[in-house]
Amino acid sequence: MTFFKTTFTAAAVLMATTAVAKDDLTIAIQLEPPHLDPTSAAAGAIDSVLYSNVFEGLTRFGPDGSVNPGLAESWIISNDGLTYTFKLRTGVKFHDGSDMTAEDVVFSLNRTQGEESTNAQKALYAGIADVEALDKATVKLTLSKPNGSMLFNLAWGDAVIVAPESIENIKQTPIGTGAFKFDSWTQGDKIDLSRNENYWGTPATLSKATFKFISDPTAAFAAIMAEDIDAFAGYPAPENLPQFEADPRFQVIVGNTEGETILSTNNKMPPFDNIMVRKALAHAIDRQAIIDGAMFGLGTPIGTHFAPHNPDYVDLTANSSYDPELAKKLLIEAGFPDGFKTTLKLPPPSYARRGGEIIAAQLRKVGIETEVSNLEWAQWLEQVFRGKDFGLTIVSHTEPFDIGIYARPDYYFQYDNKDFQALITALNAEANPDKRSKMIAKAQTTISSDYVNGYLFQLATPTVAKANLQGLWKDAPTQATDLTGVSWAE
Amino acid sequence: MVLLNNRNIVIGAALTAIFVTLALVSFVYTPYDVTGVDIPNKLKKPFSNGYPLGTDHFGRDILSMIMVGARTSIAVALVAVTIGMALGVPLGLAAAANKGYLLDELIMRSNDLIFAFPSLVIAILITAIFGPSALNAIIAIGIFNIPVFARLTRGAALSLWQRDYILSARVAGKGPARISFEHILPNVANLLIVQGTIQFSLGILAEAGLSYVGLGAQPPIPSWGRMLAESQTMISFAPHMALFPGLAIVFTVLGLNLMGDGLRDIFDPRIRRDKS
Repeated sequence: MTFFKTTFTAAAVLMATTAVAKDDLTIAIQLEPPHLDPTSAAAGAIDSVLYSNVFEGLTRFGPDGSVNPGLAESWIISNDGLTYTFKLRTGVKFHDGSDMTAEDVVFSLNRTQGEESTNAQKALYAGIADVEALDKATVKLTLSKPNGSMLFNLAWGDAVIVAPESIENIKQTPIGTGAFKFDSWTQGDKIDLSRNENYWGTPATLSKATFKFISDPTAAFAAIMAEDIDAFAGYPAPENLPQFEADPRFQVIVGNTEGETILSTNNKMPPFDNIMVRKALAHAIDRQAIIDGAMFGLGTPIGTHFAPHNPDYVDLTANSSYDPELAKKLLIEAGFPDGFKTTLKLPPPSYARRGGEIIAAQLRKVGIETEVSNLEWAQWLEQVFRGKDFGLTIVSHTEPFDIGIYARPDYYFQYDNKDFQALITALNAEANPDKRSKMIAKAQTTISSDYVNGYLFQLATPTVAKANLQGLWKDAPTQATDLTGVSWAE
Repeated sequence: MVLLNNRNIVIGAALTAIFVTLALVSFVYTPYDVTGVDIPNKLKKPFSNGYPLGTDHFGRDILSMIMVGARTSIAVALVAVTIGMALGVPLGLAAAANKGYLLDELIMRSNDLIFAFPSLVIAILITAIFGPSALNAIIAIGIFNIPVFARLTRGAALSLWQRDYILSARVAGKGPARISFEHILPNVANLLIVQGTIQFSLGILAEAGLSYVGLGAQPPIPSWGRMLAESQTMISFAPHMALFPGLAIVFTVLGLNLMGDGLRDIFDPRIRRDKS
């Protein structure tokens, strides 16, 4: 009768474990980080795992995108806007047990500007002329010129505070101050985090958190259905969402992201150096069809490179309304009565691959033939982003408030407008909120009426989770999967 | 007629003919434009108004896509088999004519080398290096057909070289090249036709496999493998998107295999002798 005995014991164990409230979480994201140092690479996947969970900065983003105190509990800004004095929280310890002090802040911020710094947002912190530790818990930042968005910039994952002694191994063993500490990384599969029992703030409810990496949409669907994972942040196949919504086991949370999805146009490559051609392109595109066809309705149409949920957003979609007849007329005026041929290079995400097929069909209707090629991310970065060898491409720019990229003539779409560059320089130096709003509106209008790129839609981020999971971020104001407030409902 | 008495051949040929006809018709007529995108009509169920097999996630007619997809599959497989035959058969003949000499060794050892690699993996490598396209898929699949035909031709030719009529041809002063083409080739043609049919069906599978992983014909050219790949996440609510291209692959390959089996029954001397 051993068989019965073992089954009974197994059943008893099973019952015992279900009686204890679940306090661990397995959450999946699409991309695996290349390494684990958010301060030395552009890969958003690093922040997706570590931001706020393991690493914290002086300031931090809230779930709504607001900038809140992080490791700095308060700050004073001098009247000329040049000096920031941060008062640090006391009793903050790194996961290795050492104290987090002003010296660590000085080290971390200086490191962003170091000779060998590979910080992806180096430019954001270039205005910091000097960082000084006044005492153990006070740091003074001196700027070379006023910068209205410095507190916002400091909230990015690229400016988190790291321990000098951990730098050598940070890419494999990240040591931060967050509510979770890093346990292990099984490459190609998952990263395990566990609760930091010595956290300075409200400790996390979850005792363990596992990040799984699943990029294949079919595998993602199967993993959720089989309940191998408790949640999927940034679920890759929008077509499956109605099914999850109809299933009482799951909840679907659709949030905003900072991802402006654009038909990026090589402004230096003929015929796209002609504004008439770019205008024709803009009118040849039916945004709603792309949102419905590629994203199954998920996403908000945009008419410029700015997030619609931002209070400063200007709706300029009418400026590039869908009008194929007008597009044809513009092409004739531009000297292309028979259209032309160009390349459309697509990175892997489905918004690009599917969106690309739809756009290719729409452009064909006005006489523009596109040679579509599907690229892997590495190839895309090499050929398009760095090599600038492309006519058109589709990509989502997920950094918050990134209209400043249009002021960089060497950026991959190569828009070079001196007035716009002057406007952004002035904007960066401006601290007055009203004046800033006006300048931001002008910037949006300028790139819209110059038809720099085809503006498609604001990417939405769907999160699929077990029905009783609470506290996940709805929106994605920055690349983060903040689990510090996540818990299981009774 | 021997051919019509063989049930395998009749069924196989009928199935193959259906898809060849669909492919040929697609040159002049498809119910809808397969490169057009019609979002408002997306994911229509089969037999709904005007769409006998329904539409896909872009609102494209699946029947039209299957028709043009048949063209892609058949063209890729056909050209690949032709490449294999055009290069493999002369190599096999040459090897047989020079049995035991350096040329024979060279040809057959290179064949072994190609055989040693898993064909689909190398096909993926080739298309990954030279970029995905129907042409590169053809080349990749074609290369792996070469040793198949070379080996088959050499094996059959070797036994023919022992025959008396070859000896008399040699006595009459014909050179090895002339004998190979005038006397050997006609006698191995039967085997080549059988093998060609089978390689043709393998070629269709290989093309579907390559385009399934995104390395075959590129959008907007429809291909069965890519239709399957695209339907994957929608299989639970739009099964017709996977069903029809899947059936198309199954029936074409089945048809060709049946036909190949039937032809072998007729042509292969060993089997024929068993039956009589």
